[in-house]
Parts: sequence; structure tokens; C-alpha cells
Amino acid sequence: MATPLVVSEVFKSFTMHLRDGIKLPVVNDVSFSVASGECVVLGGPSGIGKSSILKMLYGNYAVDAGQILVDHKDRLVDIARADPRTVLDVRRHTLGYVSQFLRTVPRVSALDVVAEPLVARGIAAAEARDKAAELLAQLNLPQELWALPPATFSGGEQQRVNIARGFITSHRILLLDEPTASLDATNRRVVVDMIADKKREGVALLGIFHDEEVREAVADRVLDVSQFSPRKAVAA
Amino acid sequence: MTDTPLLKVSGVSKFYGSRIGCKDVSFELWPGEVLAIVGESGSGKTTLLNCLSTRLMPTTGSVEYRMRDGNFRDLYHMSEAERRFLMRTDWGFVHQNPADGLRMTVSAGANVGERLMAVGDRHYGKIRETASDWLTRVEIGTDRIDDQPRAFSGGMRQRLQIARNLVTGPRLVFMDEPTGGLDVSVQARLLDLVRGLVNDLGLSAIVVTHDLAVARLLSHRMMVMKDGHVIEHGLTDRVLDDPREPYTQLLVSSILQV
Repeated sequence: MATPLVVSEVFKSFTMHLRDGIKLPVVNDVSFSVASGECVVLGGPSGIGKSSILKMLYGNYAVDAGQILVDHKDRLVDIARADPRTVLDVRRHTLGYVSQFLRTVPRVSALDVVAEPLVARGIAAAEARDKAAELLAQLNLPQELWALPPATFSGGEQQRVNIARGFITSHRILLLDEPTASLDATNRRVVVDMIADKKREGVALLGIFHDEEVREAVADRVLDVSQFSPRKAVAA
Repeated sequence: MTDTPLLKVSGVSKFYGSRIGCKDVSFELWPGEVLAIVGESGSGKTTLLNCLSTRLMPTTGSVEYRMRDGNFRDLYHMSEAERRFLMRTDWGFVHQNPADGLRMTVSAGANVGERLMAVGDRHYGKIRETASDWLTRVEIGTDRIDDQPRAFSGGMRQRLQIARNLVTGPRLVFMDEPTGGLDVSVQARLLDLVRGLVNDLGLSAIVVTHDLAVARLLSHRMMVMKDGHVIEHGLTDRVLDDPREPYTQLLVSSILQV
């Protein structure tokens, strides 16, 4: 089975220059991999570094040491060292991310927010919008909202726009940061089904799910992030 | 991904006497890429922008541009006439103050049409048609085509300046604080417009701004300047979410949350 994502010996800390250069260790020696068709869930209490790991993988956080290898267009790219242009290309074609919060752009409709990743890959706008409409319908977002910018939507509505945007492409790797946090039971089940579909398509998924029911339903294995926590040594 | 950059900047420095304007700046800009240059007033952002866009001769260093024939030319080894032609056709420059980029006493239509004539368009009907099309794209009513920009609001003037710059299908656009001086609702509209146009046309752009939210929305990559030096450079998301340098951390932590 193919393994499109391999994380090896990654270290991360923050240096707070405005606080006398205090150094906050985040995670030490993170190593794991995710195979195609597998959903790995990052587990552990809040503040242990789960979101930080996702942000490093997506290139939003720099990495102090180690490698993040992604199988991108039949070659291995190390996100920890790749230049911005390569990271953007990996995001466009290989690595998707559903963040906890939707970054809204003034005046862009929900439908276009969702369609954008496809348009960025060169798919015709009309076709991309059709696909976006399909996903928004699947996620039960009322049709009268589709033409509106999501800035004024409720938390759950914004999150569904965000999920649709993350799921619209056929990226080989998908990172999910609590995609179901503010959803009701019906829509949580829709997302669980969508994740199952992605698995069948051979997508490698890595996610954070605090909701136990969802976690049970989607996880092939849970990776305990506490084992990478620098605080573990202090506590012991 | 194309394998050739559009602009190659190496070792560009500008000194004003013994004072540093900008020092030893090197980077490459790729087709379709938007680069933001951020920093506080006096950090050298505008000096750098002017050095890149041939408006100000750097003291040392070279700026090479890939012409439409695929060959790289050093901007400062071109003749003045060649540089001007480049500025009028393949490049755009959006000034902070629209009055610097527009001719305030000729009509909106003529402001847009003038750039078309520079590339050899002579058919009046066609020029007017294209101008009117561009006014629509920047959301200015076509009934305003014969009005002078003097009679326009600040936001409309800025949109007109953008239309004037983009009408010739430039490949590279420089913007100096494009939203500075506009009130926030007008800013949002302009940003959204610029963002859409950049995506649709596949433009490369270099945007100078002190507004990090503008940089986040528009740019792929970001350079942070302080005292004439580029102190941090990287993917926009990375620089804003995980700033490494003390000064960048100060900038990011100074953003007011609404």
C-alpha cells in the first residue's frame, strides 16, 4: 500500500522574542506515517500539539528539525525545507486542509469559496460550481445561502462551507482540524460518510476529532500525541 | 509549474548618500505569483519597489525581466525608450494616490484608452468598447465613461487606475499601498476586485503594504523589511502564523483584533 505522507523526527518550538526570548517547546521527535485509504486520528488533551502538527504539515508553521515527506507528482517533497512556490503547488494538487475556522473573503459567495480550489487547478468555473453545489447540498446548507458571502453565517454553516471546500478536490492527502466541532448530529453523520468515501478513493487522512462518536466511526488508528510532548519528561 | 521566473532580482541596494534605502535584496518572482513587501514607514519598501520598477536607479545590483520573447533583459541596460514601452504595455504600476497614476483632466474612457493606443490600437470604436468593458469589470458604471476622474470618489479613482493598468494585459503589476487612504468598506471591495483579477488573469504582482491583512488576502509570499534590509521572507501563511524574527513577531502581535 502506498504511503503518501511520512513524518520523521520532527521537532518544533516557538521562540517568543517579545517575552525575553523565552523558548516554548511544542513537540519533540514526531515520527509517523499515513497510508493511502487510512484515517489516522491525532489524540491527546488540548494544548499537546495536535493542531501544531497539522500546521507544520501544511506549511503554516516552520519546523526546527526533521522531515515531512509528501508524495507529490511522483516525487518526494520535504515540506520542512520546500520553498514557498513548491509548498503552494503541493497544496494545490496533493495536500488538502480543512481548518477549524473559515477565513472569509469579503464579497465572495459561499459557492465560489467552495469552487475555488477546483478553479485553481484549471477546471472551468461552471463545472467547479456544479460540484460545489453538489457538496453544499450533501451537507444540507440551505440553498438560499449559496450566493451569499459566508462572513455572516453561523459557526456550523461556515464549517460546512469549509468542509465542502476541503473535500471538493481529489487531493491524495487530507488534513482535518476538528471538522465536526460545531455540527449537529445529522451533519456529523454526513461528514463521517464523506470521510469513508475519501478512504475508499485511497486518500490518506490525518485528523483531529474531539467528538468520540465521530472518532470511533472514522479512525483506523489513534496516534497519541502526548508521546511527543516535551512536557511528558517533566511530568514523569 | 513553469520553470522560469519572470523577474530575477540580485543584490539590489540603494543608498541615499550614506543612508541606506534598501540593502542587498535578492529574490525571484514567478509567473502568477503575488509577493507582498511589508514593513513600517521608512523601512525601504517603496524604495525597493521603485528600484524594481525602473522608477529609481539602484546603486548596485541587477534586475532582470523575462521579455515576451523569453529572453531575460537587465532593466538597467535597456534604453530609456525600451523601459518606457515596457512600463506602458507589459507592466502596470498602481500608485497609492490615484492622481499620480491617472490623468485627472481627461475622461475615464480616455484614461483607459490611452494605454491601448500605446500598444498600437487605433480604432476609436474598439478602444471605447474595450474601455467600457474594463469600467464594468472594475464596477464603474459605463454612463461615467465621459466623466473626468476629478469627479470620482477615492475608491472609484483607485478602481479606474487599476482598469487603466490592466487593460493592456500586463504580466507584472506593481502596487504601492493600493488600499491606503481608502475607508474600510471601499478597501474590501477593492481587495476583492484585485484578488479576482489577479486570479483570472494569472498576473504576477508585487504589492507594497503596511497592512498585514491585505498581505494575507492577496499574496502568496511575503518579505518583511526593516531599516532597508529584508529580515524575513517566506510563504505568507508561514510568516504570519509563525513569525521567526523579533520584528516580525512585533508586527504580527500588533494587529488589532476586531
